[in-house]
Amino acid sequence: MSLNRRDFIKIMGGTTAAVAFPGVMIQGCKKALEKAAERTNIIWLEGQSCSGCSVSLLNKLNPDIVSVITEHISLNYQGVVMGGTGSAATRVLEEAVKKQRKDFILLVEGSIPTKSDIYCTLGEDEKSHRAIGVREWVEELGKNAIAIVSIGTCAAYGGIPAANNRLTNVNPTGAVSVQELFKGKKNVLNIPGCPPHPDWMVGTLLHLLLKGMPKLDEFNRPVMYYGKTVHEKCERLSYYKKGIFAKEWGDRGCLYELGCLGMDTGCDIPVRKWNNGAGSCTDCGSGCIGCTEKVFPEFGRRGIYQRLHADNTTGVNSSRVPGKKVSGGVING
Amino acid sequence: MASQKVLIDPLTRIEGHLSIEMDVQDGKVVDAKCRGDMYRGFESILQGRNPVDAQQIVMRICGVCPVSHGQASSKCLEDAFKIKPAKNGRLLRNLLLGANFLQSHILHFYHLAALDFVDITAILQYKGSDSVLIRIKDWVNNEFKVKKGRVDELTAAGPFLPRYEGKDFYIKDVATNIDAIAGYVRALDIRQKTHQMVAAFGGRAPHPISMVPGGVTTEPTRERIKNFKSNLKDVEKFVNEIYVGHVVAVAKAFPEYFKLGRYDSFLSYGAFDKDEDRKDFMFEQGLLSGKKPEKLDTSKIREQVRYARYRSGSSLHPLKGETVGDPNKAGAYSWVKAPRYDDRPLEVGPLARIVVAYHSGNKQVKSELNALLKNFNLEVPSALSALGRHASRVIECKLITKQCHEWLDELDSGKTRNSYDIPETGEGEGLIEAPRGALGHWIVVKDHKIANYQAVVPTTWFCSPRDDKGVRGPVEQALIGTPISDPNNPIEGARVVRSFDPCLACAIHVVEGDREIGKFRVC
Repeated sequence: MSLNRRDFIKIMGGTTAAVAFPGVMIQGCKKALEKAAERTNIIWLEGQSCSGCSVSLLNKLNPDIVSVITEHISLNYQGVVMGGTGSAATRVLEEAVKKQRKDFILLVEGSIPTKSDIYCTLGEDEKSHRAIGVREWVEELGKNAIAIVSIGTCAAYGGIPAANNRLTNVNPTGAVSVQELFKGKKNVLNIPGCPPHPDWMVGTLLHLLLKGMPKLDEFNRPVMYYGKTVHEKCERLSYYKKGIFAKEWGDRGCLYELGCLGMDTGCDIPVRKWNNGAGSCTDCGSGCIGCTEKVFPEFGRRGIYQRLHADNTTGVNSSRVPGKKVSGGVING
Repeated sequence: MASQKVLIDPLTRIEGHLSIEMDVQDGKVVDAKCRGDMYRGFESILQGRNPVDAQQIVMRICGVCPVSHGQASSKCLEDAFKIKPAKNGRLLRNLLLGANFLQSHILHFYHLAALDFVDITAILQYKGSDSVLIRIKDWVNNEFKVKKGRVDELTAAGPFLPRYEGKDFYIKDVATNIDAIAGYVRALDIRQKTHQMVAAFGGRAPHPISMVPGGVTTEPTRERIKNFKSNLKDVEKFVNEIYVGHVVAVAKAFPEYFKLGRYDSFLSYGAFDKDEDRKDFMFEQGLLSGKKPEKLDTSKIREQVRYARYRSGSSLHPLKGETVGDPNKAGAYSWVKAPRYDDRPLEVGPLARIVVAYHSGNKQVKSELNALLKNFNLEVPSALSALGRHASRVIECKLITKQCHEWLDELDSGKTRNSYDIPETGEGEGLIEAPRGALGHWIVVKDHKIANYQAVVPTTWFCSPRDDKGVRGPVEQALIGTPISDPNNPIEGARVVRSFDPCLACAIHVVEGDREIGKFRVC
């Protein structure tokens, strides 16, 4: 179950991207990974999250999650799987702060509430019995971390917890992304997705460990995973080219008219697939919901699903909701 | 002797942010508070959106049981749109939900609960030839060696250590421990296979993509069925040959947990639809206090907020009230509301489903529960306990894996979804059983948009704080009497709470609105 060359290439960007990772890189990888003492510590905190990213990480194959934990990283704190509970757990965080540890990467899953720390707390101060906000932990630990990695769209961009009530245009908790907390800091990067594919998480960590910061796009995402749109590699691309559009869920054809966001979404799922190849969002007939994008789930005022009419000559989209007309582009509608 | 405050904050190895405050006197819990520590405001965020977006958004309430939220939402929208699911759609939903029950239960027993019983350090005494176990043994040894004296010494063999330490906390027998550790590792692989099953018809897991009002978008092609079936066979073998044995082993090592964590009132909405009319279920619908199940009437559900951090009206039907979050409310200690049925707190979840089914005359459930209890010469009342919850999960896994074959056989060449139009106005109710218990979604549609959306979630039922009359929630009540041998390492309390399998992200998600958005029919 150790990481071999093929596995390494696979998590570093899939078989099609093998050329982007020359042999020297892979040799370097093996050498570094063999020295257990050099494995990088990971502290994984959860803010306003659903734990979906944690669960997705557990789906890791090639290498599997046991290998990841025992060979590739050193997982100090992870609320969903860790043995410790209560003070036995928070002691790890307290010590990291107190001893000013600088030997770890901080991973954050979930957004951070800013209207009040009480919206998300973790442990309490021993003396004052004051509940400690997750914001405080993230800021304290982030100061000394080698890098800060936002796991999932909530941590990366705010995601659903940062979305507004459409009637009041107010977000209930003032939820923000992690990069918002660390404005100007250079060592913050994002692995968005709702959830992110386990390969993206482990691959990015290994890149940080072995080669430093991967090449990032304008949204701070590794280009190796988010550099191409879903549409470019879509299983249904040939339908689009032939002008065959699905009219109902699950129909044969390109899913654009049902509101598929594949054209606007950077993600390699149509090639990588989910869960050991068992499925893909576009293949299963309901289309891409744009979950790796900064604007998820808002897409302006459009939201996730919008029935559209593909009219290549005028570029005008009309909604199929009876009595409602919607115009404008996909994202800016 | 004065009581002592004992705190477990955070309670890890659950979904979300939960802490437990206990008053301990003469070594036993005399009072307890269950505190939900995180709030996002999901239902507020839903207002004004396209109703069809709801099922994608509500899945993100919980990453462990998104399938349940997606299906509760789909059913809720179907009710509002006045359509029924296609037959294949219903079957595919059952298969998706079944796979996710397996995922959730296996995760819970092996990866969340087991470390309260199993001694992970026993691996150091492993003398066998299994390459994975040897690798883990070498890893633990190496961790202790290289981290000794280092600034990160405390994290050696993380994330499994550090942990609560004490005499008799963990199983003593080395062989049992090593067998359980091998089970933990095997279960990691089996759990990801259950997610492959979800992805076969759902597109991905977690947060599958294919569930829509009217059914499921995925065609059950031969290839997808084959994929589902081959993983199902592996999971079925694991459940029958390994999981059952480990539950029995834990129960034999800690039989006192048949007497701890007890509760006596239960609710099940009924799990796995047998028809498209939502009337007949694989696990029966009903309430139970005693031996005679009562019929469910959802109009009797109320949510109370005296001890929850909301400054709005209390004891309102989920669809009727306005709810305003108040982080600083005096006397409040949780973000979880207190749902009550006719003023009664109720336990929901696998144990509730199993005992409701048992007393509704479900033959399969009866024979499985009786057979399991026979290992310990116990009768059904002993199952209303912490160990009974673990036993109920494995029984469900046995019955669901079996039933999945039949659902696959029932699939035909017909359509998988019925079409719909979003009406200008409408109201809907969607009830379902999530792995953790009874889950209800309610929607009000106005101007083709969501005017209001509410979810009353399993963990809200059992992790509820005190209600307006000061009556404790089920977890709080179940903790009373639990012995705490060391206030600094209160593992016994953690075991009781974990037996419920709390999911806090689910439990806290309520509306924060500043005005009433319409009048609601109480369903």
